[in-house]
Amino acid sequence: MATAQTMNIVNRSATTAPMPVKSNPDIAVAKLIDESKCIGCKACQVACMQWNDNRDEIGSTVGVYDNPADLTTKSWTVMRFNEVERADGGLDWLIRKDGCMHCEDPGCLKACPAPGAIVKYENGIVDFVKDNCIGCGYCVAGCPFNVPRISKDDHKAYKCTLCSDRVAQGEGAACAKSCPTKAIRFGKKKDLVEWANNRVKDLKERGYQNAGLYNPQGVGGTHVMYVLRHSDKPEAYNGLPSDPQISPTVNMWKGVTKTVLSWGMGVAVLAGLAHYFIKGPKEVDEKGHDA
Amino acid sequence: MSQLSGEVKRYAANERWNHWFTAILFVLLAASGLAFFHPAFWSLTAVLGGGESSRYLHPILGVLMFVSFIIFAFQKMGDNLMKSHDWKWMGQIGDVLANRDDRLPEVGKYNAGQKLAYWAMLASMLALMVSGLIIWRQFFSHMFTIEAIRTAALVHAISGVVLILTIIVHVYAAIWVKGTIGAMTKGTVSRAWAKHHHPLWYRSLDK
Repeated sequence: MATAQTMNIVNRSATTAPMPVKSNPDIAVAKLIDESKCIGCKACQVACMQWNDNRDEIGSTVGVYDNPADLTTKSWTVMRFNEVERADGGLDWLIRKDGCMHCEDPGCLKACPAPGAIVKYENGIVDFVKDNCIGCGYCVAGCPFNVPRISKDDHKAYKCTLCSDRVAQGEGAACAKSCPTKAIRFGKKKDLVEWANNRVKDLKERGYQNAGLYNPQGVGGTHVMYVLRHSDKPEAYNGLPSDPQISPTVNMWKGVTKTVLSWGMGVAVLAGLAHYFIKGPKEVDEKGHDA
Repeated sequence: MSQLSGEVKRYAANERWNHWFTAILFVLLAASGLAFFHPAFWSLTAVLGGGESSRYLHPILGVLMFVSFIIFAFQKMGDNLMKSHDWKWMGQIGDVLANRDDRLPEVGKYNAGQKLAYWAMLASMLALMVSGLIIWRQFFSHMFTIEAIRTAALVHAISGVVLILTIIVHVYAAIWVKGTIGAMTKGTVSRAWAKHHHPLWYRSLDK
């Protein structure tokens, strides 16, 4: 990622006018997280808070290595540690770096009612625009991965930006830069997909028959992808959904229904007007003679 | 034939106050709610002072509207139970719309259209209140699952539209049926109006 990017907007929340620019697969960026290489050191969490100047509250231990225990408005990425018993009696320690997946078809953006509070750039990054955010939390309902968090302080939504400010200047994501084992890679999506496919082949040769790339097509693919040793059961990785998509309820709520119902209300008013002019008002003879 | 000049009481002062308090809140809530519902209505956030203040005020005003509506609804529930003559009236909705009032069965304090509007408002208000609490991010949403929040958001949108459509019918009926609006402003209607539109109610009055 040596060249600066234009960051043209291809999709904008609560905006019905079509955007002049379309998603561009040639410049699409991605972060690839190779779970098989992750040692759970949390350097990525530190890099994230350092670059984005986030200082979360110091929490308390909840009995597992996850710290903080969940994504927050100030912790945009969290290592999830999962102890999973294997059929042969052994134990798998599965560590997944959780955070925004930067969906090609983002549910948060679909649900957002505030024009321009959520945007998707030409390179695939999904970003929250603080000035336009009203704090309603609809993005939380829209997200298939339970990622956005609403601040109790300023009532704005927060999540990983995929370091859009760094990417605009030709830099990669801070977490990728800090990763000591190169489990996190940042670059062009098509290059990373190719790299991941080779890595998957490699893992299969080494006995991980179910290794695979997690780039779920139900949301049009994601700009944060995983190489998983057990891609046949992504749920083992702290409930990573096997087939994420925008919920049908959200589609019904923010899909064509809202346009149909809006017209319905307008038509009801016009129907009243038409009835009044055709049939006229109901009047009573005030002299007292019933009709 | 009895004396048909003069007025009869239809709504007490507190009932009229309650009605208009609810109505003003409805206008504010419908405007801000529509703004969240479809981008075409986004500029209506200006009614409550912008997007963020709409997000903050909408649920608070919603609770106020619900409370004032429910007080009124409890007072009027007995008058709004559907009777057999109401279903007959509803079956002749064509005559109602064509102003052929002489063919209609006699009605009491409320006709079947008013009664069904009452129940539609009560049902949508209850649905709006429950679903609204679930999607009230600032105070309540953290107590619910995301799936519950999604369902509540959909229920809230649909019941909001049902309420707005019911209010459109309610307001139109008040404009269409002349002599009605005075009931909610000065509190009285003419004897002729009462005898014509609500004869069973009129005869029950202590004249």
